[in-house]
Amino acid sequence: MDYRKKKRLKKIVQHTLLLIFTAIMLYPIVWMAGSSLKESSQVFVDSHLILPESWKFSNYVEGWQGFAGITFTTFFKNSLFITTVSTIGSIIFSAVVAYSFSRINFKGRKMWFVIMMMTMMLPFEMVMIPQYIMFNWAGWIDTYLPLILPSFFGVPFFIFLIMQFIRTIPKELDQAARIDGCNTISIFFRIIVPLIVPAMMTAAIFSFYWRWDDFMSPLIYLQTPEKYPVSLALKLFSDPNSVTNWGAMFAMTTLSLLPIIIIFFIFQRYIVDGISTSGLKG
Amino acid sequence: MQPQMDEQARLQENTGIPPGKRPKNFLGMKKRKPINDRENGMGYLFLSPFVIGTVGFTLFPILYSLYLSFTDYTLGGTPQWIGFQNYVEMFSNDAMFQKSMQVTFLYAGTAVPLRLVFALLIALILNKVVEMVGLYRTLLYLPSVVGGSVGVAIMWRQLFGNEGAINSILNTIGLSGHSWLGDPNTAIWTLVILYGWQFGSSMLIFLAGLRNIPSTFYEASAVDGAKPIQQFFMITLPMLTPVILFNTIMQTIQGFMAFTPAFVVTEGDPINSTLLYILYMYRQAFEYFNMGYAAALAWVMLIIIAIFTALIFKSSKYWVHYEDN
Repeated sequence: MDYRKKKRLKKIVQHTLLLIFTAIMLYPIVWMAGSSLKESSQVFVDSHLILPESWKFSNYVEGWQGFAGITFTTFFKNSLFITTVSTIGSIIFSAVVAYSFSRINFKGRKMWFVIMMMTMMLPFEMVMIPQYIMFNWAGWIDTYLPLILPSFFGVPFFIFLIMQFIRTIPKELDQAARIDGCNTISIFFRIIVPLIVPAMMTAAIFSFYWRWDDFMSPLIYLQTPEKYPVSLALKLFSDPNSVTNWGAMFAMTTLSLLPIIIIFFIFQRYIVDGISTSGLKG
Repeated sequence: MQPQMDEQARLQENTGIPPGKRPKNFLGMKKRKPINDRENGMGYLFLSPFVIGTVGFTLFPILYSLYLSFTDYTLGGTPQWIGFQNYVEMFSNDAMFQKSMQVTFLYAGTAVPLRLVFALLIALILNKVVEMVGLYRTLLYLPSVVGGSVGVAIMWRQLFGNEGAINSILNTIGLSGHSWLGDPNTAIWTLVILYGWQFGSSMLIFLAGLRNIPSTFYEASAVDGAKPIQQFFMITLPMLTPVILFNTIMQTIQGFMAFTPAFVVTEGDPINSTLLYILYMYRQAFEYFNMGYAAALAWVMLIIIAIFTALIFKSSKYWVHYEDN
């Protein structure tokens, strides 16, 4: 049975190496969580150790107090609001636009499709400055409008994702509905929408964690600390020059990642499938 | 008597093109529908959010920023036309511009290949693994999920800090630590590693690409006596080239546009050795309020990215292999 033994040995080696590699890759994140439970003065003593001597959960309570009298309750609430509203807007209107590309034949469709693909590659930083000037002129600085409104016009990546999904729905369904008297609009609501829920869920998850992690937009548009989402608040809270309570800082940092990690683990299949089929962003 | 013309003939009537010569439309479908099933009104009704959004939030801003790049504008007054002065200033007088270009090219030039090579290697390995593949995939993808966030950037700063975990580990082995973030020679590499660490998303795409290679290719070549190495170079790599192309372009663009790491981890320090281009542009726009100049900076980067993307595309003719030719 030499061959079988050899094969098993190979597998053990393979898995051991993989496990070690994975552990190394995850170390920074685990280290962060571990540091969040350490006594502040101990965080940077033999800092590579993950497990704290005693678990100081109060770091989380202290960190939650935030700064300038604003607790993280406000910050999390803000993040939740911005993220949720953006997500709802983006999936509804991305679905609407996706329907037009994939199920309606109209003049100029090809041109607009090309424009959409090109827009997908255009980074936000390119239009950031003129957009800021426009929003400034409209008086929308220090409001949530610049952060939320653009989602309500369709997000190219989601449009593309949902389009691919709609293409798997047989056109016979549309035709059958037409025979039964549906027009194009009601086909969308009655036939297509119920069937693209998985794609919309994938888009919702991506939207959630892009919006939650978004740092640059809040940075340039928001000026009142009470309006800050977690991403921005965290940066201010963690300014190395002013941090005294390192344990609390790590605690809040860990907490800011928690929603994303939880959602990721619950919905990972949607995310992995979404990326695999459309192969973009991450 | 022809009660019903068949569809081909009807289409020929409508379009005047004989069957077989009719083009397929951009979605790869044969144009089977007669022209009068076009619903322009409906089409644009459903398309309208995208049209309005693109015109308002993309097209107009791009054109406006082009205009701005030829002006001097500080948000307080009105834009003053100054022609090419911003661009001239940029290339002749602005040491920070040149520095940020160097830094960004160095960053993108090392971080992007690092990420892609890792992603491909791990994908190749994971593709052969059967047990717990899902678990590895998920765990290795995790850094990619959280990596771009502020939280991780903050953590990364402490990780490489003078009393951070990295130095602490080195101390335990008996090596002395180093001021990774304080040394202009090493600071940029902490950012490069951060970028490479997030290889998970690219890895997923490569995995998907690998799974699309029909196993019959490998089986047939094995029958002909091909060794695994040969199989890799003759089957795997060529079949993966479209995915490699795609990943390269997307990652290159991302690499050039990096901002948060520079802003949060290093703030461009020390001595601007980590002054990524977008950070510099951000400072010009939102700390010095040189909106016109910042717009010019944006356009220079846009052109550079466009050139690179075009070059990569052009070169793809020589190394990308598509299955349908």
